[in-house]
Amino acid sequence: MKEVLKELKAKLKGEFLDIAQVRNNRIYIKVELDKAPKVVEYLFFKYKCRLCTATGIDTREGIEIIYHLARDDKNMLINVKTLVPYPKLEIDSIGKKIPAFLWIEREISEMLGVNFKGHPDLRRLLLAESFPKGKYPLRKDFKHSDVTEKDYERLSK
Amino acid sequence: MKETIIPIGPYHPLLEEPEHFKLYVEGERVVDLDVEIGYNHRGVEKLSEGKTWDQVAYLVERICGICSTSHPMAYCLAVEDLLGCEVPKRAQLIRVVVCELERLHSHLLWVGLAGHFIGYNTVWMWAWKYRETILEICEKLTGNRNHYAMFKPGGVRRDFNKEQIEYGLERIVEVEKPIQMLTDAILDDPVIHKRLKGIGVLKKEDAILYSAVGPTARGSGVPFDVRKDEPLDGYKDLKWKVIVQEDGDVFSKGVVRLLECFESISMIKQALSSLPEGPIDADIREVPPGEGCGRYEAPRGEVFHYVRSDGSNMPYRHKIRAPTFNNLPTFKASCKGETIADVALITASIDPCYCCTERVAVIDKNNNKKILGEKELLKLSVEKTKDIIKKLGKTPPLYRMEI
Repeated sequence: MKEVLKELKAKLKGEFLDIAQVRNNRIYIKVELDKAPKVVEYLFFKYKCRLCTATGIDTREGIEIIYHLARDDKNMLINVKTLVPYPKLEIDSIGKKIPAFLWIEREISEMLGVNFKGHPDLRRLLLAESFPKGKYPLRKDFKHSDVTEKDYERLSK
Repeated sequence: MKETIIPIGPYHPLLEEPEHFKLYVEGERVVDLDVEIGYNHRGVEKLSEGKTWDQVAYLVERICGICSTSHPMAYCLAVEDLLGCEVPKRAQLIRVVVCELERLHSHLLWVGLAGHFIGYNTVWMWAWKYRETILEICEKLTGNRNHYAMFKPGGVRRDFNKEQIEYGLERIVEVEKPIQMLTDAILDDPVIHKRLKGIGVLKKEDAILYSAVGPTARGSGVPFDVRKDEPLDGYKDLKWKVIVQEDGDVFSKGVVRLLECFESISMIKQALSSLPEGPIDADIREVPPGEGCGRYEAPRGEVFHYVRSDGSNMPYRHKIRAPTFNNLPTFKASCKGETIADVALITASIDPCYCCTERVAVIDKNNNKKILGEKELLKLSVEKTKDIIKKLGKTPPLYRMEI
């Protein structure tokens, strides 16, 4: 099961900070912020991976984004991790090249406040239009009092 | 010609869940489409960060009422991946039985609804009649017709006894024949062929580019099934095959679902008759810091869960991705160039499940635009079927009832 790891190590030489196979079919690759879109696009187009989804996690240093890509014929799940540091939360959009990323980037942007540069349509996907601007519900400092009754009242007008 | 916008929603014409489609049309043809969701967002990911590891399995079961067991399955797999623990063999096979029963009733539900929508109410009545048998098996085996509450990280919560296994085997053999008959009747019907073939084609390259999952991808010739690819517990030792169709139209997606029913029946039979003795639980005490991903093939496609632990008794982050989240954007590729009468059918062909995709119930106030409601769309679709029958000259036996 180690051949995928070897292959990726050779092909992505110089592009990653760290690469490790944690369990039988899980590979975690750590990459720098500006290299992340390039690595993900390489894996999608050249390495024939399929996008499962992407996760945004609020950590102390910034928002960590993990792109989960699956290589089904070798039953391997490749997770590409990158950190978008505070205070400037910006990363290049992948959705402009691969439509599969469009929705998940919209979700991460409304839930965690990451700006995806170059995204063609960064509207809200799940949250209501009346949800207060500048509040991000999946951040750890989000409080229930951040959203008031008034925010909901505005909706019923 | 001037472009017109036709809004559909926020109530879906076929599946009773809120979403909003904007169709940009020129005459009868759709040129572009925009989907608005979010009417059903419940914030499950945030809720999950405030629940203990055991409570989350209970919470995620409430994400969806149809695939109620796929989310706990994917969650349990994610936690087990984090821990690196092995699930006992008996528990694995019990999981397979519950999951495949769910797939069966979910597919039959879709077949029934699709039949109703094209005006074939006989198909609807039949499919739902046999679905009832499946639900009775579920009730006998797990105690519930839906929301089985069978899974927990490390194993299952309840064991099957001898009487339950015999009942399950007997009823599943009994239901196979009528489902075969229904499938043959649908696949032989000339009107259904004319009505569904070549409609809403999702090309293979589009399916890959949008990362479509489940029967939507397999109907377009992308041969992956998470149950096969990821060596999932239980499925390894069973004999079954992945159903793939090449055409990508609504008919192919229907065929994939119908044929998958028989694979499920065969798997349930194999699993129930080869259930080994032994424990049903790996007895997990605590969850160390770390991360894990769980993937499972739900009836609609791959469910993805990601959990991260910081060593406390609650997840630090829990990401949930339901299959419809990946399948919905494919409409942009499959609805272009189609007529309005077909769009509602195409949108239903992925078997969308909005409450899974969004995870606050808010209802949009309609402005004064003209909205095509359930009745109008149903009428359009049924009329198209009638036209085909008229051109054919004779009424097929499957088409008996009228609305």
